Amino acid sequence: MFTPVTVLDPGWLAFLSPELASRAQFGWTISVHILFAALSVGLAPFIVYFTWKDVRTGDERFARLRSFWVKVFAAGFVMGTVTGIPMSFQFGTNFPRFAEVAGELIGGPLAFEAKMAFFLEAVFLGVLLYGRDRVGDRTYVLSSVLVGFGAWLSGFWILVVNAWMQTPQGYEMVVRNGLEIAQLTDPIAAFFTPRLPWMYVHMINASVISVALLVAGVSAYIVWKKRDAAAWNTALKVAVVVLLVSAPFQALHGDAYGRHVEDTQPQKFAAMEAHYETGQADLHLLAFPTSIDAISDPRAENLFTVSLPGVGSFLASGGDFDATVLGLNEYEENPPVALVFWSFRVMVGLGFLFIALALWGAFLLYRGRLSESDRYLKAMVVASPLGYAALLTGWYVAEIGRQPWVIQGELKTNDAVSAALSGTDATLTLAAFVVVYVALIATALYVLKWLIRGELRDLGATDDADDGWRGPLPEVNEND
Amino acid sequence: MTDWLPVDAYLVESLPEVWFGAVMFALGMYLVLDGFDFGIGILYATLDDEHDRETFLAAFGPVWDANEVWLVAFGTMLLAAFPRVYSRLLADHYLLAIGFVLALLFRGLGPELREQRDDDRWKRYCDLSFVAGSALAPLLFGVLAGRWVFDAPTLSLPAVLTGVGLVAVSVVTGAAFLAAKTDPGLARPLRRYGIGATAAYLGGVVALLAVVVLTDAGGAADVILSWPVAALVAASVLSGVAGSVFALRGRYRAWLASALTMPALLTVLVAVLLYPTVYPATGLTVREAVVSPLALNLTTVLGFPVLLLVLWYFKFLYGVFSGPIEADGYGE
Ligand code: HDD
Ligand code: HEM
Ligand code: HEM
Repeated sequence: MFTPVTVLDPGWLAFLSPELASRAQFGWTISVHILFAALSVGLAPFIVYFTWKDVRTGDERFARLRSFWVKVFAAGFVMGTVTGIPMSFQFGTNFPRFAEVAGELIGGPLAFEAKMAFFLEAVFLGVLLYGRDRVGDRTYVLSSVLVGFGAWLSGFWILVVNAWMQTPQGYEMVVRNGLEIAQLTDPIAAFFTPRLPWMYVHMINASVISVALLVAGVSAYIVWKKRDAAAWNTALKVAVVVLLVSAPFQALHGDAYGRHVEDTQPQKFAAMEAHYETGQADLHLLAFPTSIDAISDPRAENLFTVSLPGVGSFLASGGDFDATVLGLNEYEENPPVALVFWSFRVMVGLGFLFIALALWGAFLLYRGRLSESDRYLKAMVVASPLGYAALLTGWYVAEIGRQPWVIQGELKTNDAVSAALSGTDATLTLAAFVVVYVALIATALYVLKWLIRGELRDLGATDDADDGWRGPLPEVNEND
Repeated sequence: MTDWLPVDAYLVESLPEVWFGAVMFALGMYLVLDGFDFGIGILYATLDDEHDRETFLAAFGPVWDANEVWLVAFGTMLLAAFPRVYSRLLADHYLLAIGFVLALLFRGLGPELREQRDDDRWKRYCDLSFVAGSALAPLLFGVLAGRWVFDAPTLSLPAVLTGVGLVAVSVVTGAAFLAAKTDPGLARPLRRYGIGATAAYLGGVVALLAVVVLTDAGGAADVILSWPVAALVAASVLSGVAGSVFALRGRYRAWLASALTMPALLTVLVAVLLYPTVYPATGLTVREAVVSPLALNLTTVLGFPVLLLVLWYFKFLYGVFSGPIEADGYGE
């Protein structure tokens, strides 16, 4: 991976090739952007609910929750915007061949995203944040709905692009001005690719789960500090109920989604299951690496696994234990199997953990002891960043599993990189993005911490300056 | 689908040119609207009073994000209509483009994070980020635009003058916008900065065009010596002078109106200098760089109505936040 360098080599900055640096930069910047985008997507329904309840019932609890979460939303939105703008230029700066080849297909959706969704969000967020005294109640509630609608719509258009990259159709390769490019032939097919409905539902629901866990964690922390905080007891309940619906749904949906991936991207599916030889596939429920090799090269023979024989075939085919599943041996070039395999396991494992947490919460709620169980409150505080961990690892499965292709079966990632880009420039900007975005995430966590502090002070909870707790989100979720 | 959308012919013969115009329109909206945001950020550096600072931030708060979306609209419309230009332009100006988006990041975060914590040091950092981002962003964007239009290296007069010109015109519009929205006590010094920047801008544009004619950068000399360019320059000088007179007479709304025409005229100048190519360094003309008829027809049919809707929202937004501002937000 690394080209050999000597310390004396003046080009040491270029130790990352343009391709590797561009990929790392794209992966890193989108991983950070998606945290904030998912925050907007997932928080929007909570905000609409709190605003609506507040206006309908005039209940002080909802006014408090609305005001707190709108502040979180606003901070997250700004960070989503400032990290989103670099994303929209990186197709050109780092992957110009990709933008040239796919321009006709991805340009339209990206432009619709800007015109239909971003403007809507940005304009009405201005009203939501600064316009309380300037517009009527109705317009105000409507603004919250429009901001949420904008977030869901922007998710839709961006996923139109990504789904097309996974299962491209509706185009034909032609030569124009000496370049081979994809020319749009069927807009409906190109927008509504087979992957899109799967991806959209899974992603929106993942955002809701991630935010429900965040809301639950913050509420649990505040309730723990101040048991009779009525608003936060309510928020905890709402979050548990949301989880109870969304977490099991995600697992059921993910299971069917896996079969769809097997149908459309068998190579990726084989990487997800570390299935090397074509033939019957087992499903590894649990896999423990037995050596260092097994971590970086997970094959059945060097893992200690608890497997269901034939179930991989059963899942992939939808009912046949003996079905043949294509193995990685069929392909010349494979994605980094270990990353895909372990990412998939982290996502699915967390998915089951969330179901367990939801059921535990439902049981306590049924007994009326939700806010009394210290153990549950602590568990929810610890779990608050895990939704994001599942969301990121899921994306790593989707994106890294697609490698070496950037457009499945059509364009390889290393052919999409800029020929004009030097390793030094690419490494320099990668370093800049790493530094700036780490600072950005730290700031976001501090802002959340200050907001929680302010809330606790407002509620009259005793100050917690030194109980050793550093914000509800441990600072580990950036890129795990 | 394709029954009602022509596959082999553009909806109207001149659709590629219309899209060149539409992309330039988005660029112009961006330069006009985010331009005064940059100006507010630069002028912010001249204040030491906390109350005045909050007044400036209140003018900036509700609108900057929506203004910035015009940049995304410009970029994505360029990608949708002229993908090769989008790719080559960004890939060829890699460090400038990344530097510019990072400057925008600092500009956007500073003011939003400032109020999150009541601590002087924290506020100083946030202010620094706001001012530096606001000054660097138009500078880098201008240098990039200079390289784009004149095919000149980064450290060349045409590129640097374009960058400085964009900073100056941002200060003009920022000063006029603030003068129109704040009380007379604050407007007075703004007037001075605004007029100074107007002079710098007009001088810069004339110097830039002279340099380009002398060196024939990007082969643009002939175009510059043509009547449309002469008319645009004359119109810019006229708006600058008229604006300054309005400013001196205290007619700040009229000042704002003439100030805003300056970046608009600048965008028209860019369009005139580029056309019929879209990116002179590659020699690609509008017709060569444009996407196929079906793709362009589709983006037109779906995108143009939405663009009109967006203009309507902007009218709504600026309507809600019209009128004078005070430090604690928009007073009545
Ligand atoms: C809270 C987050 C979360 C949770 C709990 C789950 N997922 Fe997921 N998953 C995602 C978040 C996610 C995602 C948002 O990251 C992805 C990436 C692309 C996509 O559409 O959704 C994804 C993709 C994704 C894919 C397709 C990858 C591709 O497109 O190549 C499959 C097969 C699954 N998931 C399966 C599951 C299963 C069986 C789960 C069982 C519990 C599960 N997911 C829980
Ligand atoms: C939102 C969550 C996403 C995450 C976390 C994510 C993550 C990643 C990662 C880690 C890679 C690198 C793969 C590798 O190098 O092995 C990658 C590649 C890529 N992704 Fe995504 N991606 C996301 C969404 C998207 C979307 C929505 C698009 C397009 C609209 C996209 C476009 C690309 C492109 C063009 C590449 C190829 C460049 C590369 O290999 O690095 N991604 N992504
Ligand atoms: C390569 C992929 C992506 C690109 C190029 C991109 C681009 C952008 C841009 C330019 C903005 C700023 C808009 C503004 O100024 O308001 C933005 C914000 C946003 N993006 Fe992305 N984005 C990508 C991936 C995603 C994904 C995968 C999602 C969600 C599913 C998403 C959802 C959002 C949302 C909701 C916002 C609004 C800002 C916020 O609420 O945080 N984006 N994105």
